Amino acid sequence: MSQLLEAFRLAQLPDAAEAFRAEVRDFLATNLAPAAPAVRARTWMGFDAAFSRRLAQRGWVGITLPAAYGGAGLDAFRRFVLVEEMLAAGAPVAAHWIADRQSGPLINKFGTEVQKDFYLPRICRGEAFFCIGMSEPNAGSDLASVRTRAARVDGGWRLTGRKIWTTNAQRSHYMIALVRTSGAPEDRHGGLSQLIVDLSLPGIQVRPIVDLTGDAHFSEVTFDDVFLQDDALIGDEGSGWMQVNAELAFERSGPERLYSSVVLLDTWLQSLRKSGFTPADAVLLGGFTTQLATLRSLSIAVTTKLARGESPVVEAALVKDIGTEFEQAIPAAIEAAVAADPARGVEVDADLHRTIAYLSQISPTFSLRGGTREILRGMIARGLGLR
Amino acid sequence: MFTEAIEAILVDHCTPAAIRAIENGGSAAALWGALAESGFLELMASEEAGGAGLDLDAVFPIFVAMGRHAVPVPAAQRIAARALLGDVAPPQGLLTLAGHAQRAADGSIGAAHVAFGAIADHVLANLDGQLVLLDAARAQRTTTGIRGSLGASLRWTADAVGAPVGDNGAQVAVFSAALHAAALAGAMERLFAMTLGYCNDRVQFGKAIGKFQSIQHQLSVMAEHVACAGVAAELAFKAGEKIPPLLATATAKARTSASVPLVASTAHALHGAIGVTEEFDLQLYSRRLHEWRMADGSETYWNRIVGEALLGSATPSVLQFTMEEIL
Ligand SMILES: Cc1cc2nc3c(=O)[nH]c(=O)nc-3n(C[C@H](O)[C@H](O)[C@H](O)COP(=O)(O)OP(=O)(O)OC[C@H]3O[C@@H](n4cnc5c(N)ncnc54)[C@H](O)[C@@H]3O)c2cc1C
Repeated sequence: MSQLLEAFRLAQLPDAAEAFRAEVRDFLATNLAPAAPAVRARTWMGFDAAFSRRLAQRGWVGITLPAAYGGAGLDAFRRFVLVEEMLAAGAPVAAHWIADRQSGPLINKFGTEVQKDFYLPRICRGEAFFCIGMSEPNAGSDLASVRTRAARVDGGWRLTGRKIWTTNAQRSHYMIALVRTSGAPEDRHGGLSQLIVDLSLPGIQVRPIVDLTGDAHFSEVTFDDVFLQDDALIGDEGSGWMQVNAELAFERSGPERLYSSVVLLDTWLQSLRKSGFTPADAVLLGGFTTQLATLRSLSIAVTTKLARGESPVVEAALVKDIGTEFEQAIPAAIEAAVAADPARGVEVDADLHRTIAYLSQISPTFSLRGGTREILRGMIARGLGLR
Repeated sequence: MFTEAIEAILVDHCTPAAIRAIENGGSAAALWGALAESGFLELMASEEAGGAGLDLDAVFPIFVAMGRHAVPVPAAQRIAARALLGDVAPPQGLLTLAGHAQRAADGSIGAAHVAFGAIADHVLANLDGQLVLLDAARAQRTTTGIRGSLGASLRWTADAVGAPVGDNGAQVAVFSAALHAAALAGAMERLFAMTLGYCNDRVQFGKAIGKFQSIQHQLSVMAEHVACAGVAAELAFKAGEKIPPLLATATAKARTSASVPLVASTAHALHGAIGVTEEFDLQLYSRRLHEWRMADGSETYWNRIVGEALLGSATPSVLQFTMEEIL
C-alpha cells in the first residue's frame, strides 16, 4: 500500500479533548443567539465581531497560540473540538477565523519578537481581524505568478498592485499579502515575500464584491503606492513561497472542510421527523451519516499528525478534496429529495427551502476556496510519488 | 505480529494460482489445512478453549488481509464463528455464515446468497433470531452461475434443522457484514497498489501514463475512496468487543460498499484491456469487490438502517448521533 494511505488509520480524540467539548457546548448555549438555519448555514462566512469578542473573552481566540501572548495554548485536538462544535452549531466565526486559523500561527512561527508582541495579543483579544492576500486577478491557481509588488525605499516599502477574492478585507484590520519583492513573474517562486499590511493606510482601496446569494464576503483590494514601514515584512525577504505553503497547511488541515452543509442536514432531519419520510429519504440521510462518520475519522487521523508536530499537507489535501465533495453533495441531494413528489408537503417549510437554496448556490465555492480540486489532486498525486 | 505471520501463510498458500484452482472447482483442503494448523482460525476463541481470546481490534488486520489476498475459503467466517458460538465448539471443516436464513411455509429453511455456500461443510445461520448450525451436505445448493463465485443459495428440509445453539442469531448478519467490510478494504488496498504500480510502469506517448495529469487525478480520487473504506471498515472492529456493534458495522459496510463502483471502475479504466483478462490478477480482486458490495446488504440497505435509527432517535444533530452511536 502507498505510504499516504497508511496514514489513515482510525484514531480517537483523547479524553481531555472530549471533556473540553462540554465547556464549548456550555459556552455556545449561553453566547450564541438563536438564528434561522439559512443564517447559521453561513458558519465561517458569518461575520459577527461581538460574538468573536465574547469568544476571545472566554480565551478561545488564538486557541493554539502560546499563553505568553494571550493565547489558549491548546493542542490540535482541542482546536478540532472547538471548531467542530462551532461549525455544527452554525456559529458566526468569520471575524476572528482567519487570524485564529492561520495568520496568528504564521506570525508566531515566522514573526520577530516585536511583531509577535504587537499582533498576537491583539488577535487573542479579538481586536485584530486578518485577511489573506494571495489571489490576484491573474494569479489564481497559479499563485506564484502574483504581480503585486513591494519596492524597497528608505525606511520601508512602497506597495503597488491588486488583490482579489480577499475574504472580509472590508472588515479586517490587517492583510498578510504575498507580493513580489524582487525579480519578475517569470522568476516564479523566487523573489516573493509576505507583508503585513495595515488596511487603514492611505492609498488602499477596498471594494466589496457581491456574490450570487446577495452576500458580500470578499473584496477587491488595490494598493496605490502604499508606504509600509520596514517591519511590515514577515519572515525573510524572498521566503514568501515557503511561508505561504506553510500557511496553506494550517488553512487546509482543520475539520472546517467537512461541515459547511451540516446545518442543512440537521434542518432536513427535523423536517423529516415532523412531516414524515420515505425509505429513500432514510437511505439518503443514513448515507450522509455514514459518510460523515467516515470523513470525520479521516480528519481526526490528520489532526493526530498535527498534534504530533508533523505537517500533514498531502493528507489534508486528500481530506479536503473528498470533504468538499460531501459538503457539495448534501444540498444537491436534498434539493432532489425535497422535490421528489410535487404533491407532497403542501405546507412550505420556508426555513428549509432558504437553507437549501443558499447552500446550492454557494456550494461551488467549497471546492474553490483554499485551492481547487485540480490543485489538490495534483498534490495528492505528488504524495503518491507520481510527480 | 499475528498479521505478519498470517501474511506469510497467505503469500505461500493463497497464491493467485491457488485461488484460481479453488474457484475452478479444485480442492480447498490444502489452503484450509494450512490456516487451521496455524491456529489462526481460533484467534477469537477463549484461552480456555485453546484460542487467543482476541478482541475485534486485534483481529481487524487479519480480516483485512483476507481481502487483500482474495482468500477463497471462509477463514474470516470461521474466525467470527468462534466469537458467535461462545462455548460451543464449532464442527470440523469449512464453516461459513448466513445472516438471513428464513423458514418457508412448508417448514424448509432457505438461505440466499451465502458466501462460500458452494464449498462450505457447515453453515452458522441466523434463523428468526436463533443461532443454528446447519450441515451444508444436507442442503440443496443452487449456485448463481457467476463465473468464479463460490457463493450459493442453500435450502434444507425441516428435519435438517437441529436445536438452536444460541439466541444471538442476529449477530451473524452483523458480523458477516463487518467481515465483508474489512475484506473490501483489503481488496481495495490491493487494487490500488496494483493500479499505482501499473501507471508507473506502463508507457504511452513516450512516458509513464502516471505522468499524465488526468491519470494522476483519477488515482488521487481513487486514493480518497480507498482511504474512506479503510477507516470505515475499522469502525466496526471496536477495541474490547467480540461482536461488532450494529450501527458502527452499518457505517463500515455502507461506506466500504459505496467505494466499490469508483474503485473498481478506476482500477480497470487505468489498466486498459489487459485488466479485464482472465490471466491478469486484477480480476481476482475486482470481481470480489462487486460480490462483497452485495454480500449482507449493499450501502442502500445499511444506510437505511442508520437513517431510520437517526430519525427514530431524539438526537438533535447528525454529528451528535454520529459521535454517540457510531464512533
Ligand atoms: C468564497 C471564496 C473565498 C476566497 N477567499 C480568498 C481569500 O481570502 N484570499 C485569497 O487570496 N483568495 C481567496 N479566494 C480565491 C481562491 O483561492 C481562488 O478562487 C482559487 O485559488 C482559484 O483561483 P481562480 O478563482 O482564479 O481560478 P483559476 O485558477 O483560474 O481556475 C479555474 C479552473 O481551472 C482549473 N485549473 C487551473 N489551473 C489548472 C491546472 N494546472 N490543471 C488543471 N486545472 C487547472 C481550476 O481547478 C479551476 O477549475 C477565495 C475564493 C472563494 C470562492
